[in-house]
Amino acid sequence: MTESPTPSANDIVKEVEVSGLRLAYGGKEVLHGISFDVYRNEILAVIGPAQSGKTSMLRCLNRTIDFTASASVSGSVKVGGEDVRKMSDVFALRRRIGMVAPLPTGLPLSIYDNVAFAPRCSGVTRKADLEPVVEKCLRQAALWDEVKDRLDSLGTALSGGQQQRLTIARALSHRPEILCLDEFSIAIDPVTTMRIEDVLKELREEITIILVTNLTQQARRLSDRTMFLLEGEIVEIDATDVIYSGDAKSEKTRDYVNGVFG
Amino acid sequence: MAGRFAKTPHVARKEIAESIARGIFGLMSAAMILPLVLIVGYLVVRAWPVLSWEFLLDVPKRGMTDGGIWPAFVGTLYLVGISLLVSTPIGVLAAIYLNEYAKDNWFNRLVNLAVINLAGVPSIVHALFGLGAFVYAARFGYSILSASLTLAIMTLPVIIASTREALASVPMAFREACWNVGATRWQTVRAVVLPNSISGILTGVILQVSRAAGETAPVMFTGAVFFKAVERGDLFPYGLTDQCMALSMHLYTLATQVPNVKEALPYATAVVLLGSVLLVNATAIFVRIWLRNRKKW
Ligand SMILES: Nc1ncnc2c1ncn2[C@@H]1O[C@H](COP(=O)(O)OP(=O)(O)OP(=O)(O)O)[C@@H](O)[C@H]1O
Ligand SMILES: [Mg+2]
Repeated sequence: MTESPTPSANDIVKEVEVSGLRLAYGGKEVLHGISFDVYRNEILAVIGPAQSGKTSMLRCLNRTIDFTASASVSGSVKVGGEDVRKMSDVFALRRRIGMVAPLPTGLPLSIYDNVAFAPRCSGVTRKADLEPVVEKCLRQAALWDEVKDRLDSLGTALSGGQQQRLTIARALSHRPEILCLDEFSIAIDPVTTMRIEDVLKELREEITIILVTNLTQQARRLSDRTMFLLEGEIVEIDATDVIYSGDAKSEKTRDYVNGVFG
Repeated sequence: MAGRFAKTPHVARKEIAESIARGIFGLMSAAMILPLVLIVGYLVVRAWPVLSWEFLLDVPKRGMTDGGIWPAFVGTLYLVGISLLVSTPIGVLAAIYLNEYAKDNWFNRLVNLAVINLAGVPSIVHALFGLGAFVYAARFGYSILSASLTLAIMTLPVIIASTREALASVPMAFREACWNVGATRWQTVRAVVLPNSISGILTGVILQVSRAAGETAPVMFTGAVFFKAVERGDLFPYGLTDQCMALSMHLYTLATQVPNVKEALPYATAVVLLGSVLLVNATAIFVRIWLRNRKKW
């Protein structure tokens, strides 16, 4: 765990290295060659106004951008030191990265199957192997107590906040090394949000977290470093304390941080 | 009653408009039922003198002026059954490919265009194609095989289109959620997409049963005959390369080609054809309701 927001250089392990990443949909470029690193066991907050390319950036990390035919990517993204586009097993890459989408999406399967889905896809089928994983992930997502007596009922029948925690449990079910959350609290209440934030604080002991959020306070509460993305370019990336202290290097960052919630 | 008059003119006007609208819309939906009731009622009344299980099971007699329709009924079962056995798997699999796998390139756009246009080709053109392709070119001759394949070609594009629609109704977010946890496209399709679109897929297929059963030209050109001697109630009278009788064609024959037919005979044939089709459609509706109750979001 990174205690200090700016760890000394020899502590740092670069979990994700992005350099010169460009992304265009059709002819329209939305990421203009961005470079940044994500350190192991940190929480990196990514802030920026709508349309700045935050979601698109995440989709480049786990290569689900491949499913968008019009998208063309250049530059390099390395996860664990390996170029994602040279990986032969893209499914293994996606299992290394847990992805939580903005809207709670329970799959139309039972709660149990929602969490067991990813392990099953990777070939784990024995009940004795699956059950502990399901329980652990639901506990980690702070959902276990609410659903332990009705694991057979439908994931889609849960409330929005519960479904979002189910989504997090599913994202953890394939034991990712990196967890990406894309505005996870957009559709849920503040109380649930706080519960999930507590979960994240615990999780960062084990994994690296990239937290896309438009809630400046949330970024401030949780993250070690903050990256400000604006119109497909990184304006600034620095320790969260610095970004929010008013000492941010860029005036744009200071305006954004203060302007929105100031 | 006083309360009614206490209403402001504005509210009263709204209520009048509302009840007029309701009346008109209701009348129109009632008007939809009317033709169906009239058709079925008229047919049943005219067919009544000969309508019985015996009529269904018996073979045509006295130069087709009397007797039953068994050979035609079984023939239609064969034709429809075999054609859907061919077109359903091909159509459903093709639709899965087009909707779940295909990239948006010129080839797949061409396939899409072909599917849409084929669905609109008149059956008589399919009939002619079947004659050329299966009867002559493939040398299947006039046979159940040729006729079934012709029907299959005719129903295929519609099955592809309806299956695609059913698949597309499954929200994209489900697929993305699966992809995000490292599922392949096939794992996604099997676990989430198919179970939630199967009711729509089945409905589309079942509706093609009635279409295939009702078409006359495609089978007339390729394998159906006026008359074929068959045992009463025999369930397996035909081989694949035989010609057969078919309900739609039999109806045409009775109504226009044979002199001195017992008056009720064509009507009774129509009742059997229509009854089978309605039965199949009703099944489709029940399957749909049953599966929709199991729908999961
Ligand atoms: N599948 C797509 N096809 C074409 N353009 C897209 C696609 N997805 C995103 N875009 C475009 O890329 C740009 C960046 O979108 P993106 O969703 O990455 O922004 P974002 O920062 O996540 O925004 P928000 O805060 O609203 O979620 C937008 O202009 C958007 O219109
Ligand atoms: Mg977004």
